[in-house]
Amino acid sequence: MADSEHNEPRLDPVTGYKTTGHDWDGIEELNHPLPRWWLWIFYACIAWSVVYWFIFPAWPLVWSATGGLIGWNSRTAVDQEVAALETNRGPMIDRLTSTEIAAIKDDPELLDFTRAYGSIAFKENCAPCHGAGGGGSKGYPNLIDDDWLWGGSIDNIGHTIAYGVRNDNADSRYSEMPAFGRDGLLSGAEIREVVYYVRSLAELPVPSSADLTAGAEIYARDCASCHGEAGTGDQELGAPNLTDAIWLYGSDTADMIATVTNARNSSMPAWGERLDPTTVKALTFYVHNLGGGD
Amino acid sequence: MTVPAQIDPADDSGQSFYEKHKKIYPQSVHGTFRRIKWIVLIVTLGIYYFTPFIRWDRGPGAPDQAVLIDLPARRFYFFFIEIWPQEIYYLTGLLILAALVLFLMNAVAGRVWCGYLCPQTVWTDLFLLIERWTEGDRRERMHNDAGKLTPQLAARKTLKHFLWLMTAWWTGGAWVLYFSDAPTLVHDLATLQAPFIAYLWIGILTFTTYALAGHMREQVCLYMCPWPRIQAALTDEYALNVTYRLDRGEPRMSAKKATAALARGEPAGDCVDCHQCVAVCPTGVDIREGPNLGCIQCGLCIDACDTVMERLDRPTRLIAYDTDINIGERLAGKSTMARIVRPRTLLYSALILIVGAVMAWSLSARSISSVNVIHDRNPEYVVLSDGGIRNAYTVRILNKRTTPRTFAISVDGLTDPVVEVTAANPADGEQIVPVGADQTREVRVIVSVPEPPAAASVPVTFVVTDTADGETATVTDNFRGPGDGT
Ligand code: SF4
Ligand code: SF4
Repeated sequence: MADSEHNEPRLDPVTGYKTTGHDWDGIEELNHPLPRWWLWIFYACIAWSVVYWFIFPAWPLVWSATGGLIGWNSRTAVDQEVAALETNRGPMIDRLTSTEIAAIKDDPELLDFTRAYGSIAFKENCAPCHGAGGGGSKGYPNLIDDDWLWGGSIDNIGHTIAYGVRNDNADSRYSEMPAFGRDGLLSGAEIREVVYYVRSLAELPVPSSADLTAGAEIYARDCASCHGEAGTGDQELGAPNLTDAIWLYGSDTADMIATVTNARNSSMPAWGERLDPTTVKALTFYVHNLGGGD
Repeated sequence: MTVPAQIDPADDSGQSFYEKHKKIYPQSVHGTFRRIKWIVLIVTLGIYYFTPFIRWDRGPGAPDQAVLIDLPARRFYFFFIEIWPQEIYYLTGLLILAALVLFLMNAVAGRVWCGYLCPQTVWTDLFLLIERWTEGDRRERMHNDAGKLTPQLAARKTLKHFLWLMTAWWTGGAWVLYFSDAPTLVHDLATLQAPFIAYLWIGILTFTTYALAGHMREQVCLYMCPWPRIQAALTDEYALNVTYRLDRGEPRMSAKKATAALARGEPAGDCVDCHQCVAVCPTGVDIREGPNLGCIQCGLCIDACDTVMERLDRPTRLIAYDTDINIGERLAGKSTMARIVRPRTLLYSALILIVGAVMAWSLSARSISSVNVIHDRNPEYVVLSDGGIRNAYTVRILNKRTTPRTFAISVDGLTDPVVEVTAANPADGEQIVPVGADQTREVRVIVSVPEPPAAASVPVTFVVTDTADGETATVTDNFRGPGDGT
């Protein structure tokens, strides 16, 4: 308060209050006295803060902090809440474990629980590839539509989740499409012909100059063993249906040529190795429930 | 208008930054406003203490307490109304209504809330009644406190604090009864079986009531409450306030001097400077000094002054609900009247009517089931293998009945839609969802159409129908597609 002066308090004629005597460049402060209990509450708060230091964790030490007399800290509080949550949902998880997956929908309470539980597991484990809502993206199958590479029955979905696709697990789904172009099995012109033929199967536009007969021959020789004579695919082999409107890697001619040239053998982990069977069951139910399950 | 001199200008014996606490000994008083205050006290405290015991039959499985805040089940019951958490806007509406009523009261007659209705005032009045009953009226209490503490006085004071604590305890007890079934809770409390939280809340409210109504009293209004500050900013010069009519009262002098002065042809006011108005004031204000932040507008000084005026055979209402404007007009020789109907009061009344009507309408129009829909955002739609389009929705159905119900879901607004509730057990080809009594159920609904709609977004209406009585609830959303349909 270097610039302030201390004068004798005087009576301010306008307000009828006395001033405190503090004067900052002619600005004076009126004295509106506070009641004393107000001050006591202030002191009481200071006193309480000292008590607080002893009751709760407060002072940092070199490697830790003072623990507080009642042993409370935010870490144990979280642990307690997690433990409480587990006790809380324990019975539902037990029920889920002991219920056949096909019977879940007969128990509305368990159904709601399984969907919620599965949705969390999905967001934690599956969403990075298949999208938060299961919509997938190029190369990552959409789980809401009605098209399934490896089968959309609840058992098939369960198997795919538990053992994955094209991984090291002995029970993993497995098949391999040859890289027809890269490995020199077909020439560039042959690839183009077979692609046009496949497009015609799916009723996609084909240039009028395309030689569909030649394409059909190549198809019958090299593709039909997996994708079927009519191109409807084979879920045993994970061979996509080529006649429908769903194209995992795109339906442009260029995309399709790239697929035939280099093949697309994507993989998926065996979630049964990472998650417990009950979580896999909930995930299976949830994915089947997203809309596409047969 | 004069301003209270907080510090005696002549007194310069040290300058304290702390106000010395002056204990106030309000004197008992009789009259119109005191009677109104007693009635308000009995009615409001009666409502507060006994409402939890009113029963209201809602059928089996539902609580039968008329007013109940059921926190674990997240329901608020008020007679025939049951509020769910998602209807919390009713509370907002109620608070808006309460604020508007407060503003209207303020526009009509200043701090009527403070003087008659505020819990601080009501409980302080009750505690003063106990104090008067155990320790005597103003004079006796002042005399007692100034003298020595005799065993007899100590006994009276102990009795007072005991009665205060009992009242405070009952206050806290009534509070917790709003949160649980009252008769059961009373039984559990008496047999020490109630949950700890109930005892804790009773303890907290016992302490606050005892401290605020017994000891803090006017200090709450002077130093703690925000309303006087807000009120002062909201009011205008036409609001009726408890006002000393200085046009009639001044110059004040004793009755004897007044007679002499009048005989000499000199002016004499009606105020006899008896200080009765100050003696009865619960906040220790001298209303004759003009509008004062400490005055809670309780009107007790009017009663006190009227008693004096009647004894002197002078007209009453030397202190009255009046305005400074009126005083000025009378001093200028004009006649006056209260201006209750002004744009401000009309505006507040209109707003209260509008908000009240909207709330009443929405309460009466709300159904006993309702439905919400959330459209899947990721992805917004999927293409099916046959080229059709599918949208997925999360549909939440609320059953506000106390019995379980089943609902059928259908969708309007699309050509040949296929509606499917995933994991449901369809009956007779319909999509049926059972919802438990007084519960919410969330289901996933997928809607597919064989042909992509022409527009990227088509409005659709979800209809849920009670399979038993046909009551329906609807909600609209959109069906999305690529938008290049033919
Ligand atoms: S000042 Fe505040 S606490 Fe006092 S009576 Fe008014 S509203 Fe109530
Ligand atoms: S001045 Fe009169 S109206 Fe105001 S608080 Fe005191 S007694 Fe009540």
